[in-house]
Amino acid sequence: MEALELARWQFGITTVYHFLMVPLTIGLGLLVAMMQTMWVRTGKAQYLRMTKFWGKLFLINFIMGVATGLVQEFQFGMAWSEYSRFVGDVFGAPLAMEALLAFFVESVFLGLWIFGWDRLPRKLHLATIWGASLASIMSAYFILAANSWMQHPVGVEMVDGRPVLVDIWAVLTNNTLLVAFPHTILGAFSVAGGFLLGISWYHLWKRRRDGIDTIGPDGSVLVGSVEGTGRDTADHQVWLRSLRIGAVVAVVSFAGVAVTGDLQAKLMFEQQPMKMAAAEAACHDGTGFSVLSVGNLGSQDCDDIVAVVEVPGMLSFMANGDFTTEVQGVNSLVPQYQAQYGTNLPDDPMYGERAGMEIDYVPVMEVTYWGFRMMITFGAVAAFAAAVALFLTRRGTVPRSKRLMQLAVFGILAPFGANAAGWIFTEMGRQPFVVAPNPDPNGIDNVFMFTAAAVSPGVSTAELATSLIAFTAVYSVLLVVEVKLLVRYVRGGVPSAMPELVPQHGADDDDPAGGDAPTNKGGGDVLAFAY
Amino acid sequence: MEFLPTLWFVIIAYLWTGYLLLEGFDLGVGMLMKLFAHTDRDRRVLLNTVGPVWDGNEVWLITAGAATFAAFPLWYASLFSTLYLPLLLVLMGLIFRAVGFEYRGKGDTEAWRNRWDWAIALGSLVSAFGIGAALALTTTGLPINANGDREGGAFAWFNGYAVLGGSAVVLFSLVHALGFLVLKTDGDIRDRARRQFLRWLPLGLLPMAAWAIAMHAAGGETTTLLTLVIAVIGAVAAWAMARRRRDGWSFVGMAVFLAAGTTTIFTAAFPVVLPSTLDAAFDLTVSNASSSGYTLSVMSVVALVGLPGVLVYQGWTYWVFRQRVSRSQIPAAHAITAQ
Ligand code: HDD
Ligand code: HEM
Ligand code: HEM
Repeated sequence: MEALELARWQFGITTVYHFLMVPLTIGLGLLVAMMQTMWVRTGKAQYLRMTKFWGKLFLINFIMGVATGLVQEFQFGMAWSEYSRFVGDVFGAPLAMEALLAFFVESVFLGLWIFGWDRLPRKLHLATIWGASLASIMSAYFILAANSWMQHPVGVEMVDGRPVLVDIWAVLTNNTLLVAFPHTILGAFSVAGGFLLGISWYHLWKRRRDGIDTIGPDGSVLVGSVEGTGRDTADHQVWLRSLRIGAVVAVVSFAGVAVTGDLQAKLMFEQQPMKMAAAEAACHDGTGFSVLSVGNLGSQDCDDIVAVVEVPGMLSFMANGDFTTEVQGVNSLVPQYQAQYGTNLPDDPMYGERAGMEIDYVPVMEVTYWGFRMMITFGAVAAFAAAVALFLTRRGTVPRSKRLMQLAVFGILAPFGANAAGWIFTEMGRQPFVVAPNPDPNGIDNVFMFTAAAVSPGVSTAELATSLIAFTAVYSVLLVVEVKLLVRYVRGGVPSAMPELVPQHGADDDDPAGGDAPTNKGGGDVLAFAY
Repeated sequence: MEFLPTLWFVIIAYLWTGYLLLEGFDLGVGMLMKLFAHTDRDRRVLLNTVGPVWDGNEVWLITAGAATFAAFPLWYASLFSTLYLPLLLVLMGLIFRAVGFEYRGKGDTEAWRNRWDWAIALGSLVSAFGIGAALALTTTGLPINANGDREGGAFAWFNGYAVLGGSAVVLFSLVHALGFLVLKTDGDIRDRARRQFLRWLPLGLLPMAAWAIAMHAAGGETTTLLTLVIAVIGAVAAWAMARRRRDGWSFVGMAVFLAAGTTTIFTAAFPVVLPSTLDAAFDLTVSNASSSGYTLSVMSVVALVGLPGVLVYQGWTYWVFRQRVSRSQIPAAHAITAQ
């Protein structure tokens, strides 16, 4: 493989991986903040337990987001130096804002939250998790501002062949950003919702399997308890509340994702018509939405593709809100792109060996077509399952079926899949551009960049291969470690985050530094000395 | 010199100084996990001294990187791509270290903890070395061509300055961490840390001093001579104060040494941000590598709002967690068993 391909694989792998951690951090962070708020307001034991348990899982995941985010920050310069030079005047600003205005708040306040359980007054301590969680949402805003600029460059003027920022406000209120941000955040909530749902289901199921909770003659649940293990009535409350919160969050966020996704699609038909045509594998102009297309999507010869099931008018509706306007297909877009941006890469040294090569304006259609569908399907399946879960648990516990429990746990993966598919679709649908051009009826404004020109010229194939292998290997190992740890803590239930619930622990040689309330003693200690 | 690019050079120098001052001790504490602490409990004492703050410290690095991207994209692009392999190692080090901090206490076998102790120690060592090497090389020069790209193979960056800068940051961090432990721990860990601090300080600060002296010799003026003298005074004061058990002042001495040292280095380098060892005409400077005036003014407003805030709430964290950590406070680790 060439350096360019390696760099692209590396960016794709590291970013998709980063985005496995990110949505859980964003979604779970806010939910934990809400749980703790409930605890501070009501003083009910189950909310403290929820905060501690989900907070623990949140932290196990958070750290991997930090570790992989560092790579993101560095790799623009390392592997994409030409890109960094070209866009630096615009692109660095949101990145620096993210660091200065979001990451600092996030990491400092999270440190205060983890270690501050006994040191800070209750309300102040609650404020720290809100601070950290809102900062992570801020960070998403800034990084999406950077990404949206690549999808739809605004606020710049070309000076000496480089875009120069003239209006930061335009970058921060880019219409692409204003829809991508809620879409991404809601996508993150759907991940957190599924996570709560699956894990709580497992615990409720185990309480039934172990005979703790039983179903009474009138069909309602009889909550039992086992002394000294933490599996008491509050424990039942923890899981039932978490499950219902998770299910509602999943359903609501899917509705939101669908609405914002529709807005995004309308915008994309206008801003990147090729991406949407490729998402549809729509070769010819038309109005129908393909539910299933067959043929050789990858042949790059559009005429091989036949839509088997089509919803008439649907494509027009997605693009324009009516049922009759023709939407341009790939075959009519290619000549337009060729006329505006050329048929071959320019003979410029910045293209290296690729100078003069023919440009393929059609993204890899298997990826865009299936990516788009996987995003929607995974999300829809998760939301549907969450709605069913709400119904099945209306009497206060889950059915005894092991199959259903396994399905619920397995279903945790669906929203993750939807998020990854969404990104892969968005990013690969933009190819061959790394900065996508604005369609402009008044001629081209030249604010665009081919991916072929973006890679670092001085970095060798061997270096890229080394780093690609290293990142892939390390990330795979760490993923296994993270999942194993999560599984352990999940199996351990609430006492894994609150050992004081199980009496034999906590009675050791130590004197707690600041534990005041007796019920708080052990737990406060462990959290105050988290390591 | 234009004002805004110069201001941003100063801000970036300040971010690096802040980074080395703060993360310096947690990198050092990371290495000391293997060099200084010998029992599990001691290691946990060490970890908990930096527990609440290390992630916030690391953001100084992210900010220094992002600010370089925003203010001097050409510098960011050339430096990061030229140092591809060393920065890969830095990233690997930082990944293992971060995950180690969080995961070490979450398993309960000896082997698990031992593995993460090594991850923390080696991760800290490798990243400290790589960052030091990168900083030394950006002040002393890299083989970059007219476009700012590296000439020569993947190791063309390697030279004596890389080793000097790498050891400067590693050894500084170790000494600094010992000083930090004197402030943050109690009992015999504290006494032992003070003894080691006094023993290693003279040797440990030498490479950084040598780097500053080399920079002064190459491009210095009267001001850099002055800052160099201040750095030496800071180092001597740090040592003398530690002997009198004035530990707070000793820590201040270390901070003065570092700040005066980096000031010497960056002032002597100014206005060149990345010299080319191939041809001085290819040097990246404060003026030819910077973003537009508009971008820089936007960023200045952001920094003006953001940085004081950071100082306030980060300072507050240090205040909240000002208590010393001692062995007797560390609770027993609890086993996680499936319900
Ligand atoms: C929609 C959200 C989103 C997206 C698209 C990205 N990230 Fe991210 N990132 C986050 C949302 C986020 C977060 C939720 O805020 C994280 C996850 C864990 C954390 O600490 O913050 C984070 C962590 C994180 C960190 C570590 C921060 C710390 O130490 O606290 C860095 C340096 C980056 N990211 C950088 C990037 C870059 C350069 C990206 C672009 C390629 C990127 N992220 C994509
Ligand atoms: C976190 C969510 C993101 C995911 C999952 C993601 C995914 C991807 C993928 C799969 C590719 C490879 C595309 C290809 O090679 O065909 C890619 C490329 C790229 N993306 Fe993203 N992306 C994300 C966010 C971002 C953001 C926020 C930025 C900018 C701030 C960005 C900038 C780039 C760049 C520079 C490339 C390399 C050029 C290219 O091959 O297209 N991405 N991304
Ligand atoms: C009816 C449902 C949905 C529709 C119509 C839809 C539509 C879209 C469109 C058109 C894009 C591309 C925007 C661009 O290229 O900039 C996109 C991107 C994306 N989608 Fe969806 N989507 C839906 C459901 C989901 C679900 C359920 C998730 C995750 C749980 C999700 C996550 C994402 C992500 C992470 C991206 C990339 C980031 C972005 O551009 O915002 N989407 N979606």
